[in-house]
Amino acid sequence: MVRITVRVNGKEYTREVVESRTLLHFLREDLSLTGTKEGCGAGECGACTVILDGQAVNSCLILAAETDGSTIETIEGEAKNGKLSRMQEAFHNHHAVQCGFCTPGMIMTIKDLLRRKPKPSRDEIIDGIEGNFCRCTGYEQIIEAVLDVTGQLGKKEGLRHVR
Amino acid sequence: MLPVNLEKRKDSGMFGDLRSGETRVIGKRTPRVDSIAKLTGEAIFVSDMAFAGMLFAQVKKSPHARARILRIDTRKAEALPGVRAILTGDELDYRVGLYMVDKYILAKGEVRHYGEAVAAVAADTTAIARQAVDLIHVEYEKLPPVLHPLDAIREDAPLVHPQLGNYDYIDTAFSPIPGTNICNHTKLRKGDIETAFKRSEWILEREYTNPSVQHVPMETHVAIVSWKHDDQVTIWSSAQSPFTLRNLFCMAFKLSHRKVRVIVPYVGGGFGGKAGIHIEPLVACLSRKAGGRPVKFTATREEEFSLLPCRSALTYRVKTGVSSDGKIIGQKMTMYWDSGAYADYAVNVTRASGYSAAGPYEIPNSWVDAYTIYTNKPFGTAYRGFGHVEFFWGIERHMDLVAHAIGMDSLDFRKKNALRPGSVTLTGEKIEEHTGNVLTCLKAAEKAVGYGRLTAGEKKREQRSGMKIGKAVVALHKAPAMPPFTATGVILKMNEDATVTANLSLTEIGQGTYTALAQIIAEHLRFPLHRIKISQETDTDRDPYDWQTVASKGLLLTGNAALLAAQDLLRKSYELASQILRAQPVDLDHDKDKVFILHNPEASVTFREMAVGYAFPDGRSIGGPLIGIGSYIAQGLTHLDKETGQGLPALDWTYGAHGIIVEVDEHTGEYNILKVASVFDVGKVINPDAVRGQAIGGMLQGLGTAICEGYIYDQEGHLLNPSFTDNKIPTARDLPLEVESMVVETPQLDGPYGARGVGEHSMIAVAAALGNAIQQACGAELTHMPIRFEDVWRSLGKKEPIDNWITKSPFGSCKSAPEIRKNRPVQ
Repeated sequence: MVRITVRVNGKEYTREVVESRTLLHFLREDLSLTGTKEGCGAGECGACTVILDGQAVNSCLILAAETDGSTIETIEGEAKNGKLSRMQEAFHNHHAVQCGFCTPGMIMTIKDLLRRKPKPSRDEIIDGIEGNFCRCTGYEQIIEAVLDVTGQLGKKEGLRHVR
Repeated sequence: MLPVNLEKRKDSGMFGDLRSGETRVIGKRTPRVDSIAKLTGEAIFVSDMAFAGMLFAQVKKSPHARARILRIDTRKAEALPGVRAILTGDELDYRVGLYMVDKYILAKGEVRHYGEAVAAVAADTTAIARQAVDLIHVEYEKLPPVLHPLDAIREDAPLVHPQLGNYDYIDTAFSPIPGTNICNHTKLRKGDIETAFKRSEWILEREYTNPSVQHVPMETHVAIVSWKHDDQVTIWSSAQSPFTLRNLFCMAFKLSHRKVRVIVPYVGGGFGGKAGIHIEPLVACLSRKAGGRPVKFTATREEEFSLLPCRSALTYRVKTGVSSDGKIIGQKMTMYWDSGAYADYAVNVTRASGYSAAGPYEIPNSWVDAYTIYTNKPFGTAYRGFGHVEFFWGIERHMDLVAHAIGMDSLDFRKKNALRPGSVTLTGEKIEEHTGNVLTCLKAAEKAVGYGRLTAGEKKREQRSGMKIGKAVVALHKAPAMPPFTATGVILKMNEDATVTANLSLTEIGQGTYTALAQIIAEHLRFPLHRIKISQETDTDRDPYDWQTVASKGLLLTGNAALLAAQDLLRKSYELASQILRAQPVDLDHDKDKVFILHNPEASVTFREMAVGYAFPDGRSIGGPLIGIGSYIAQGLTHLDKETGQGLPALDWTYGAHGIIVEVDEHTGEYNILKVASVFDVGKVINPDAVRGQAIGGMLQGLGTAICEGYIYDQEGHLLNPSFTDNKIPTARDLPLEVESMVVETPQLDGPYGARGVGEHSMIAVAAALGNAIQQACGAELTHMPIRFEDVWRSLGKKEPIDNWITKSPFGSCKSAPEIRKNRPVQ
């Protein structure tokens, strides 16, 4: 067992963890922060993405014991005082959510992307979210949500009616 | 007694008034009703749930495709502290099956596929359960497996199920052949096929294949079950179809339905893979053995590939006779569906594919033999498109090859043979004006990709890149595959503040139907959308019946039940208001807040006042809670004749088309997808963003099938690629450079506000569009999907294709991320 102290969404937690515990399971099971999802447990799908000391990581590939003294941001910290973040709001407005299982990881990845690149091009958004699988949306409405938040969404054609 | 607005309508038919006129909420952009919970991480999926005293399950799986189980030694596992229950097949005598009751909960005596469950453990922690599973020793006698369906139908093939003749099955729909590996033979006979071929000037026969594919819901299968005293069973599951799960569970264990409760909260994607019954019975038996403690099983991603079902592989042979002016005279279609070790949904995939096997074309003389064949591989189940993604790869490639053979443009060939009013389908159904319009879809896709020519920009792009640009347009159709008696119910409860809560058990698995249902209910009640809540969690103890959440039938069937429930709620409100206002219901009307007298609107009573019963000023009260009930059942469908396949299987047909632009490097086989334009005749758009989400999401899932996904086995039947590293799915980089979504609205007469389903259709025929465009660009004649770069290269060099993915030397990969994004889209 290892004793660790971490700061998650601005709140400090001290816990004893077994050495083999992943950050993902630490968050979900020890802190009951179940917003972060497990899609593969092997660092391949991105569903478990959180921001660790300012960098987006697959929390299934990090050991909780390694994170002592770290600052962690998860999906639970995004909406503040009952108000969605601008990115969450854009996802809501653009139907960038379907089943919702990849959504928390996707939001955290984009948060990290926008910190590094406040106005990413469409291609940069695609590169940024490439590690996050979404089986439902086909990504287009997610990309549009990011373009909208960064003030780059031109006149959107959307669904076109033909006769 | 109907509200006046319904009695005085001009159109005929129950929902006649709903088909015309201005709508307030229907067709308007509005966010999803479930996205905030999902965006904040507050939505609770079964994988997030835990209960006091909960145990964790792990499964011991077969390393062999086919073997006799000689002995299972669990003694070491039993001695491990923290182990609470161990199960092997010997002590479980229950068989389950949706259409064919052919599967034991744990393998008994024999394993039939790699990854099959042979033993299970429930323990205090997952780690202990995993350790216990490792300590279970299973002794096998390996047997030679049969892996390819064409091998499995040879006379000397080993039988996967020698007991096939003894199994219970749904005999109105399926025809197993005992003593063989064929667990269903669907036949369809229309016209005179032999004479048709004699009359044909051209005959072309080809065979098209595709491997098994994994659904990949981002949430793997997960269930928590607690089996208490007196057989009180509660199941929390990531299932798509709570009532079918309950029914099959009760049948397997011979339990009364009142004892079993299935609860489905948020579900992280399904795509058909969570439609039937899968891990729940095993988890239930572990709970029973552990004294009723709740037991949780969460499949790993690897288990998702082989313990749980996949999409069936298909070998599809098509022989077409045409006149030289391009009219199809006759077509013989033979499908060999690879069921894997169990029948599950594959028999019904076979049936549904059989009756629409020709695509949206009129074939006056047709002959279909569709076989579902057992092999020693993980078993096939429903997957978005229900067989159509697989056989449309064949039929829409074939349409191009036939057109080429007779020297006709393939789009002209399609238009000439497309179903239109007056056409008769394979099963003898006559197409009407209101069925939908495949020609309009084809023309819209044609225009969107500039079919048949290259623009100046495209020519310039070819010169710059050295690649060849190809274009293609394909058509598609699909009807829901479901029993003729498919039914559903909706209950609407008026709350004290005149908001309305809807109880129903169609599940929301991401497809967006709850948002559309809320819009339908709001529109019909004339209430603002925000006053409608669709209860998210479904519960078989509390919600009305729904057959299953499958087949793109939810919007039409549950939508109609919701309309009937809304109508019932209004009728009851009017009845109550008529007593309060001392007026006949025919003299009443309502707005969003109140019921009032038509010619004296001052005389009114609010929905708030009536919601849970109306109290007069002196305290005397009438009414009671306002509850609207709607039940709906598919109308007019029939079983199909077993010898001829004739009958009425289709609730509705959704037609569509995809246009595609591709550029191909003739020397390396590499290609980039520049544009996909998709169009569907949805009848009526309820929510434009939701339709677009289905259109693009399904299209990319279809591209996954087209460009890279598929199970690869070795010669002994081991699955070689059960992970995202070796079995890739599309990422954002695989999105075509440009995507366009279009709709045609030919109202469905019995659809809510004219709507029909579009959940599956976007995935269908995408692969064929890609294959046709690649051939148009560079001449590669592909008959196997997925189409990897090396497949194009091999085809161009006329080297042998790898067509069945049972390989001695696995190779090939999905190359995500072409470099095209550095170039700008073509104009």
